[in-house]
Order: sequence, then structure tokens, then C-alpha cells
Amino acid sequence: MTEFLQQLINGLAFGSILALIAIGYTMVYGILRFINFAHGDVFMLGAFAGFYLAPKIATVFPLPSITGALAVLVVSMAVCATLGVLIERLAYRPLRKRPKLTVLITAIGVSLFLEYTGQFVFGAAPKRFPEILPVLPVTKLGGLSLNSNQIIVLAVTLLLLLALRFIVLKTKIGTAMRAVSFNPEAAALMGVNTDVVISFTFALGSALAAAAGILWAINYPSIDPLMGILPGLKAFVAAVLGGIGNLPGAALGGIIIGVTETLVSGYISSTYRDAIAFAVLILILLVKPSGLLGKKEIEKV
Amino acid sequence: MNFKRVKIFLFEKKTLCFKYAKAFLHGTIALCVKYTKTFLLGSMVLSFLASLGADKINPYWLYIFYDIGISIVMAVSLNLINGYTGQFSLGHAGFMAVGAYTSAVITNQFGDLSVFAANGIFAVALLAGGLAAAVAGLLVGIPTLRLRGDYLAIVTLGFSEIIRVILQNMEAVGGARGLSVMHGWTNLFWTFGLAAVTVYVVAALVNSTYGRGFIAVHDDEVTAEAMGINTTKYKVTAFVIGAFFAGIAGGLYAHSKQFLTPGGFGFMQSITFVVMVILGGMGNTIGVILAAILLTLLPEGLRMLAGIEHLPGLATERPLGWIGDTRMIIYSLLLIVLMLTCPQGLFSFKKSSASK
Repeated sequence: MTEFLQQLINGLAFGSILALIAIGYTMVYGILRFINFAHGDVFMLGAFAGFYLAPKIATVFPLPSITGALAVLVVSMAVCATLGVLIERLAYRPLRKRPKLTVLITAIGVSLFLEYTGQFVFGAAPKRFPEILPVLPVTKLGGLSLNSNQIIVLAVTLLLLLALRFIVLKTKIGTAMRAVSFNPEAAALMGVNTDVVISFTFALGSALAAAAGILWAINYPSIDPLMGILPGLKAFVAAVLGGIGNLPGAALGGIIIGVTETLVSGYISSTYRDAIAFAVLILILLVKPSGLLGKKEIEKV
Repeated sequence: MNFKRVKIFLFEKKTLCFKYAKAFLHGTIALCVKYTKTFLLGSMVLSFLASLGADKINPYWLYIFYDIGISIVMAVSLNLINGYTGQFSLGHAGFMAVGAYTSAVITNQFGDLSVFAANGIFAVALLAGGLAAAVAGLLVGIPTLRLRGDYLAIVTLGFSEIIRVILQNMEAVGGARGLSVMHGWTNLFWTFGLAAVTVYVVAALVNSTYGRGFIAVHDDEVTAEAMGINTTKYKVTAFVIGAFFAGIAGGLYAHSKQFLTPGGFGFMQSITFVVMVILGGMGNTIGVILAAILLTLLPEGLRMLAGIEHLPGLATERPLGWIGDTRMIIYSLLLIVLMLTCPQGLFSFKKSSASK
């Protein structure tokens, strides 16, 4: 039983990182109806932004410390938010009215560009992410060993999700986002500046991806330019699983994928872990083709 | 010097060239459609003759030719699913893997054989690879036919990833270490002969009465359904036929590279073929063939540029050496720029009815 709980906690930590990435996919999909394949690479850039900025931040805030780690997190989120807006502005906006497939291929192009440029600039060899958090002794809780990093991952994810919920539901720009995702033309006619809303969506999604990148790097400190591919794919699967375009669905999907993957690799076989996410997805889509929390789209003729 | 006139002259020249190219392409397409059987026979005879003279070709180029032929089979068969039927499959490399491993396991059972026996066994192995991939396509197709658009894309991607992970865990075929293929039986006759067969089958199928169904599913699924077309059946058929040829391409690949790793059939491979279909113009076989040739040659071309020792007028050694390191960056940038400037595909001259 304790081992099961232990695996569950590990899975929750992994799943919440996936959830943060999945939200970026689902938000962009909700508004623009296309899969932003470059999102996994924004996650990678978040980790690398932290890697390169940590020494600079260390001159202001001592590292490792809680404030220093927060500073690294915030700065890297800001960097990636800017990047996300830039990517949208340069690559996706000129294609706004074009068929969806064109945009999809462009997104794949952007993803390849970020990966190969990353390999060229950062080098292809994995790098060791600096320790930005003080390593606390492992807490023993009734036989469970709780890693301080895991608690931080869970706490930060929860805070970010609450903040996101507040932005989307309570603020003016959040209302605009929901309006655009509901019906872009009608929202534009009502005076919503769709360009600003879309840029904001990209900024928000990319910032969350960067946060996921930092959290990932704290837990698994080896980072490389291709690290975003697999988590990106799994997070995308999580977004589809929860019903793409649905924010709570993405978070739920991330947690489900994370927990299932950890449980299966713990109890059955770890060599099959990369296939689990897809197997779960296929099983759920067979039963519910629009995802767990997704609404069934009615085809209008 | 009257610049304006020169400009107009050049412009006219350019449009004229364009017109000729257009007429030539249209003529070729028309000829191919009209004389499909002649085209098929001609291509097979040509590739057979070429394979007889293969020993005079630089082996480096020979392997690039094999790659081109394999890319054509992959891209044209994917075009049946993605282009003509309008379903978005992101897992074509998975079917290729099934075909590659199946045929390799079969031919690895045999030792050295005479030319005649070798080619016979190879034909059987390729067919078996294609059939295995077709079965995989059926298994993927039946449950996914309920899904549409992006959901279908991600499920096909998922299936190909599952195939990859299963292969990685199968010790009988080497697992993650990879599988050596004993025989390098792929030659120009098999690659281009089978490429011609693929082109013929896809073209004949789509232009047949039965094949109109694929285009109907592509144009409007709801209407097609209302008109009494069994859209599900068409989607699965497209999947199975596409997967069959992908399996054959896998067999050719296995016996050309002579070494298989599950990682070689990943997501990136599938993307490469999708890009060929989209750059060629979805549902335009000639364009897709040209895109397959171009995209296979592009990395090699860039590699050759990087290898140039001297350029006239430049003192530095290997002045284009930087291309070697930035080759893939250039490739991805080209992809983005192409999509921004000509989203209908490079070789599409007619207005697409697909853009809704």
C-alpha cells in the first residue's frame, strides 16, 4: 500500500508537469483550432532559459534559495512568454486565414527550427541543470518518502492553475479569450481585439510551458535540446484525452497520463512506458471520441 | 537603356517559362492518366534497364536513388490517405516499420542464393511486409474511423509510437539494439518498379468509379454520407492500401540500409512524408512525386555545398562549411518560408478546392 501511494505521488508530480504543458496546447487549440507542435520546444527553451540565467540571477539572489528559484522561474516564464508571442507573430499570424494543415506544417517547421537551433547554439550534449533549490532532507511520512522537490512541483502547479483559472474566469482579457474561443468573428464584431487576445494566449501558454520546463529541470536535472519532444507529445495526448480546448480537461488529462505511466512502469514494465500515454488515449477515445470533458461537436450542414 | 522595357520583357519571359512549365506538367499528367498502363510498363522496363547498368553508377548516388524511390512510394501512398481521402494520418512511418521488420525477418532466414531465387524470395518478403502493414492498417483503421481531424491525427501518431515501442521490446528482432538485414537485395528495378506500381495503383484507383468515393469523403463527409457513400469503408480502404505500400517501402528500405532500429521509424520520419505530401500539393500525385524527389535531394545537396573546398574569388577554405552545421536549421526555415509563401504546395498550379 505504501509503495502504491509512493508511486501515486511520483505520478502526480510528473502528471502535474504534463498538465502545465497540456494547458498551453489546449488554450491555443481552443482559440485557433490548430495544434501548436512547437509548444514542446518552448518547454525546452524554458529549461534552457533557466540554465543560462541562473548564474546571472545568482548575483542578485543567492542560489540555491527559495527566492532565487522563484526569480529563475519568473524570469524564464517571461522569456518564454515573449518567445511565444514572437513565434505567433512571425510564423502563425500570416497564416491565420489559411487552411489548418498549412498552419500545422508551419508549426512543425517552427518546432524543428527550435530543436536544431537549440542543438547548434546550446550543443547537442545534455547539460546539468544547476541546483536552484536548497535540497531539504527527505521527509518520511508513515513510510512514504516525500521529496521536497516533488512537493514544490505540486505546490507551484496548483498555484499556477489557480492563477490561470482566475485570469480566464475573472479578468477582462480572460473573458475576451473565452469569447474568441467561442466565436472569433462575433467576438471581433463586439469589439474584442482578437490579435491581442491571441498574443496573450500564446504568452500565457508559453509561460506555463516555461514553468513546466523549470520544474522538470529541478526534478530531472539533465537537459538537452531534444528534451521537449516526448513530454510535448505526451502533454498533447493529455490535452486530447481531457477533451481538447477544455482547460480543466487538460489538467485532468495530464494527471491521468502521469499517474498511469508511473504506475505501469512501476508495477508492470518500465520499457513500455513511452507507449502507455498513447494506449490510454486510444482506449478513452474509443469510448468517448471527444475526450473526457470535451463537448461533442455537432456537425452542422 | 530603358529599364521598364527590360523589366516587362523579363516578366514576360518569366510568365512564358511558367506557362510552358505548367503546360508541360499538365500534359504529363494528362498523358499519365490516359496511358496509365503504358506508363506503368514503360517505367518498369526503364527501371529494369537502369538496374542492369547500376554498377556503373557511383554507389553513393545509387543509395540516394533508392532513397528517392522509397520516398516516392511512401509519399504517394500517404497521399491517398491525406490528400485524396482528406484524413490526416501522422503515423505512416509505423506501417513502414512493420513492413521493414517483417520482410527482414523473412529474408534473414535464407543464406546466399542465386540471383533468380534471391529476387523471388525478395518479392515474397516484400509482399509479406506489405500485407503485414496492411493488417496493421486495418487494426488502426477500424477503431479510429469514429474520429475526425486532429483526433485521428493524434491516434495514428499514437499507433505508430506504440509500434515503435513494441519493436523496441521485441528481443527476437534485436529490440532497441537494432536488426541487421543480411541481404542488400534492393536495386533500381525493385525501387522504381514498385514506385511505378504505387503511382499506378493510386492513380487508377482514384480515377475509377469506385475511387470517386475517396474524393467525396475528402470534399464533404456529411454530404457523402447523405448520398449513400459508406464513408467508413472508404476511410479504412484508404488506410489499408496506404499502409500496404508503406510496408513495401519498408521492405525496400530494410534491404537497402541493411540495418533497422525502431528509432528510425519515429515521429520525425512520419513528419517527413507528411511534408512531402503537403509541399507537393495534397491530392496531386505528380506534385507529390516531385516533392519526394526534392526533399530527399535537399539534405544531400546542402551536404555537398558544405563540402566544397574552394569558391572562385574567396580565399577561405571550405567557404560554405557552415552549412554542414546549420543544414537542418536551413531545412526547417525553408519549410516555414515555403508554407508562408506558397501554402498550396510547390507544384500545384490549379486552385485547390480543398481550402474551405
